[in-house]
Amino acid sequence: MSRIQSITDLLHKRELYQSELRFREESNQIVITDDNLSELLTSRKKQILICGGTGCRASQSEQIIENFKKEIRNHQLIDFVEVVQTGCFGFCEKGPIVKIIPDNTFYVQVTPEDVSEIFNKHIIAGQKVDRLLYVDPATHQHIPDSKHINFYKKQLRIALRNCGFINPESIEEYIARDGYMALAKALTEMTPEEVIQVVIDSGLRGRGGGGFSTGLKWQITRKSKAKQKYVVCNADEGDPGAFMDRSILEGDPHSIVEAMAINGYCTGADKGLVYIRAEYPLAVERLKTAIRQARERGLLGKHILGTDFSFDIEIRYGAGAFVCGEETALIHSMEGLRGEATVKPPFPSEQGYKGYPTNVNNVETYANIPVILLKGAVWFSGIGTGKSKGTKVFALAGKVNNVGLIEVPMGTTLREVIFDIGGGIKDGKKFKAVQTGGPSGGCLTEKHLDLPIDYDNLLAAGSMMGSGGMIVMDEDDCMVAVAKFYLDFTVEESCGKCAPCRIGNKRLYEILEKLTNGQGEPEDLERLSNLALVIKDTALCGLGQTSPNPILSTMDNFFEEYLAHVKEHRCPAHQCRSLTQYFINPEKCKGCTLCARSCPVNAITGERKLPHVINLSGCIRCGSCIEKCKFGAVYVH
Amino acid sequence: MYINNQLSRKAMEKIKLTIDKRAVEVPKGTTLLDAARSIGIRIPTLCYMKLEDLNYENNPGACRICVVEVAGRRNLAPACKTECTEGMVVHTHTPRVINARKTVMELILSNHPGECLVCSSNGHCELQEIAKDLGIRQIRYKGEMSTFTVDRSPAIVRNMNKCIMCRRCETMCNDIQTVGALTAVNRGFNAAVSTAFERDIAGSTCSYCGQCVSVCPVNALSGRNTQQPVLQALADPDKIVIAQTAPAVRTALGRDFGYDAGTLVTGKMVSALRQLGFDYVFDTDFAADLTIMEEGTELLHRLTNFLKDPESAKMPLMTSCCPGWVSFVEQHFPELRENLSTAKSPQQMFGAIAKSYFAEKLGVDREKLVVVSIMPCLAKKYEASRPEFANHSNPDVDISIYTRELARLIRSANINFMELPDSEFDMPMGASTGASVIFGTTGGVMEAACRTAYEHFTKQSLEKIEFDEIRGLEGVRSATIDFGGFPLKVGIAHGLGNARKLVQEVKQGKSPYHVIEIMACPGGCIGGGGQPFHKGRMDVLRRRASALYAEDKSKELRKSHENPYIQKLYAEYLGEPCGVRAHQLLHTHYVDRKEIVNMFSHENQES
Repeated sequence: MSRIQSITDLLHKRELYQSELRFREESNQIVITDDNLSELLTSRKKQILICGGTGCRASQSEQIIENFKKEIRNHQLIDFVEVVQTGCFGFCEKGPIVKIIPDNTFYVQVTPEDVSEIFNKHIIAGQKVDRLLYVDPATHQHIPDSKHINFYKKQLRIALRNCGFINPESIEEYIARDGYMALAKALTEMTPEEVIQVVIDSGLRGRGGGGFSTGLKWQITRKSKAKQKYVVCNADEGDPGAFMDRSILEGDPHSIVEAMAINGYCTGADKGLVYIRAEYPLAVERLKTAIRQARERGLLGKHILGTDFSFDIEIRYGAGAFVCGEETALIHSMEGLRGEATVKPPFPSEQGYKGYPTNVNNVETYANIPVILLKGAVWFSGIGTGKSKGTKVFALAGKVNNVGLIEVPMGTTLREVIFDIGGGIKDGKKFKAVQTGGPSGGCLTEKHLDLPIDYDNLLAAGSMMGSGGMIVMDEDDCMVAVAKFYLDFTVEESCGKCAPCRIGNKRLYEILEKLTNGQGEPEDLERLSNLALVIKDTALCGLGQTSPNPILSTMDNFFEEYLAHVKEHRCPAHQCRSLTQYFINPEKCKGCTLCARSCPVNAITGERKLPHVINLSGCIRCGSCIEKCKFGAVYVH
Repeated sequence: MYINNQLSRKAMEKIKLTIDKRAVEVPKGTTLLDAARSIGIRIPTLCYMKLEDLNYENNPGACRICVVEVAGRRNLAPACKTECTEGMVVHTHTPRVINARKTVMELILSNHPGECLVCSSNGHCELQEIAKDLGIRQIRYKGEMSTFTVDRSPAIVRNMNKCIMCRRCETMCNDIQTVGALTAVNRGFNAAVSTAFERDIAGSTCSYCGQCVSVCPVNALSGRNTQQPVLQALADPDKIVIAQTAPAVRTALGRDFGYDAGTLVTGKMVSALRQLGFDYVFDTDFAADLTIMEEGTELLHRLTNFLKDPESAKMPLMTSCCPGWVSFVEQHFPELRENLSTAKSPQQMFGAIAKSYFAEKLGVDREKLVVVSIMPCLAKKYEASRPEFANHSNPDVDISIYTRELARLIRSANINFMELPDSEFDMPMGASTGASVIFGTTGGVMEAACRTAYEHFTKQSLEKIEFDEIRGLEGVRSATIDFGGFPLKVGIAHGLGNARKLVQEVKQGKSPYHVIEIMACPGGCIGGGGQPFHKGRMDVLRRRASALYAEDKSKELRKSHENPYIQKLYAEYLGEPCGVRAHQLLHTHYVDRKEIVNMFSHENQES
């Protein structure tokens, strides 16, 4: 592969590669109507985009790709039909996703066995396979293409701009999408100060949780005087359920490589380090490929694009500790030390990796940089709210219909995210709460639904942006149990250095366990809130300072549930097993024996065709009877 | 963590702030803790420890007991880790602060066995002290407690159930001693300070210097307790029990009975030992004089050979009095073990002579004698247990106890130490010169050796007995001593981290010295792991050192070879220094223990 010598060379290459990507780009712009649909469907030239992200791969998307390739060979359509493995489309709930270009047909939950049908009916005969189309949960209609799916309608994809569109293992496709143009622009047309000013003016804030101004961070690192500096990409994504960093690295790794190089140029660092968890093998592979390709093209290494700027990137692996997402702990881990946070200041921008100034940014933050440089600070700051600019990627999960990775402008309301994009609550249940910010965040409720999402609003409401986890809960979720779930995580993930986090979180968990076991006393609530506040006030690092948030926010918003647990020993959501009892309504029971046969501990007795009875002392409250009963005769009290 | 003084000196800029409504001005870079202390406000600390003279501090900011309220700051600030900034407004005892401190203290106590009454740290435990100051009357947060197995090595006992994760031991072991035996392992509630792969201390790279024990604020790390066998021996009518007391003990023992640091209590100590029931109270100083005879002679032999043919003698000669240091060489630098003097340590020379020469004098079998050494040291317990220091499994030194254990024995025997009369050591093995007393401080062995070697080498009498150029508490010191025209180059280091610097030079063949003295503990034996706790206060060590030099000065005889009882011992029994009999009794060999610290070594897996 030839080196790209200069910006002129890059422009030339971009033109060349754009011609190859034009078909996909143009199709992406087409608004499909009844008029042009049949023409598009019967076009001989087609591209089949298949998600090659970790989620879809786990559902055999590689086999789907193989099967399509086989069909193409068998039908001798190699010149007309092309299979492209892309990054994540975000709609993971419905994966594996197969998208057909130019008609933008969006097939969901495709299996390798479906391939021949899609091929024969769609690719050859030009007809959609209706049964594989997405069905809107509200209207029950089959939606033919992605543009009409509500999940995508309110999204604005900046960080995820290339995910699900280009082949992440192709530097050519990245370049065709203006890839490395921002780096070229920075190196040839701008001083480091000018670049930093653009980033400051854009209003971009750290997407990893802290929310500190990215541009200011760069400026501090630039101003720190040292013979060596480093830029680090924090890819130690640890929030349970969050996977935007992984998706970006899997779907658009070059954007990170490019942004890190720009960061290096601005801060005066010639070394970049990506700290990535070893549990992300695919992301690691794609990133390695991207780094290799960039080196081959001279976009990493000495004298990038013929300038005096040299920069290279190395990968460092994390063993998967949540606390290593905290930048000082991350740096210690990279140094080969125990992954423990240290008190700031000194901040890494002044004294970081091996004592040298180190600029640490998160993956999603980096993914925004090239676009900001190309489109300008004014464009970026035009999106979002007062102090939160641009977009934010959320990993939407829990009891919503459309689970997946979404990117929305700052200021989008929780209601829009949960009900429009997320398609509302599963099984028609009632919305109860949404946890944002992962284990460090808080639970927001009905009254927060119209809150425009941004850093400051979430913080004011007792939660936080965090890295963008968003878990939706419905009426069946017990908020005490939810708090306990998160505490379980932080107890496990605390590094153990400072006393409040090491012992305090454990004690918080134990009190919650007592509550959910029905042994809680009213005084426990006071102890719980005092301890939670002290931990927040005294813990050493961000992990400990935020770990009580799930408790504090659920106590704020659902105090009556806590009271029910300690005063009446009752779980209003019927979720805490120790606080529930199962009964059979003799009037509804038909004596079908299904429940008795499904009971794992033989706690249900009764004659055939006669009402059955649950033996309360034997019952382990597993709930299998309630699931099996067809007559709604089993109830919980 | 190393404190870079250069940096703090450079910053002479002043910062003005307010602490508890009082204005204070401090140099830039000062922490809130130091700023508060400068105006007499005592913020409680637990994990924090400053070793002023060593330029090290342990301040992980981990215990969170020193938190204070800083106006405009969202959360509380750890005073030990927060730098003062201009205009800062600080409150050190608001209800919020006190509630936080109390709650954190209750958390720490909730995972700490409440067995203060039966804990050997009772009365000088820093955790106990702070709990008392904070007025903790109940522990609201109870729950699961740690359940670690107690690890008992020959010298050090680790009870991690008492550990509060202050990490001082790690600072001592890794930063100051560079031994690297201790580190934190596991996460969250299960986090603990342990050895690599959580092996027993005995299977780790530990040198038993005991510095971790000397800084542990609680009793998670302690010395092995062997007072019971002493009491049993004393009560046994068939045994003749002999005490030997190391030079550093007499300057520190008083501390445990309320005396000022560095008070010499030699006479009372001897009386106390007699009252305890020891049949003979001897002095390790006697053996120190003997050590000088042997080691000094060895130095002269090596030096003479070296001057004839540099290849024929392993130089520099390194001292071997300190068992922590010997372990360190055997484990980390076994290739240099031939540089170590083959002379046994004073403790072991004493044992060997007591159980041969003195047993013969008494006309009894060696088995009838019980030699108890009182040492400032934990590693001496390990040294006494080494198999090469035994005769048909009868050890030369039967039991080694450390200074704090002697204090406990004295207390438990209802002896009112302060009211004891002074008395003298028994003879012959209680006779010593000033040279042997200074063995207890860094540089002392070297000075004592020089006093004797000089006269033997130059055949002239030494004019000025004090070698001021090698005294002091500087970590690494060197001097060139004029041996009648021959420039003898000597190097001295105390603390194993400093020792490592000198040993690296030797390993690389760059060492300029003819002889090197090493003591494993900062300060030498006066700062030993078995001494009353100095908690990192170097002024305590300095006073102990001055007391030893004063004792030296007060002695009539100040050169080891002038000790008449030593002369008699050679004449009657040993023959020549480094002669055949001396070699049998007073010299030893060293083992390559790198294999022992090798994590997969067969030997170690069995142990």
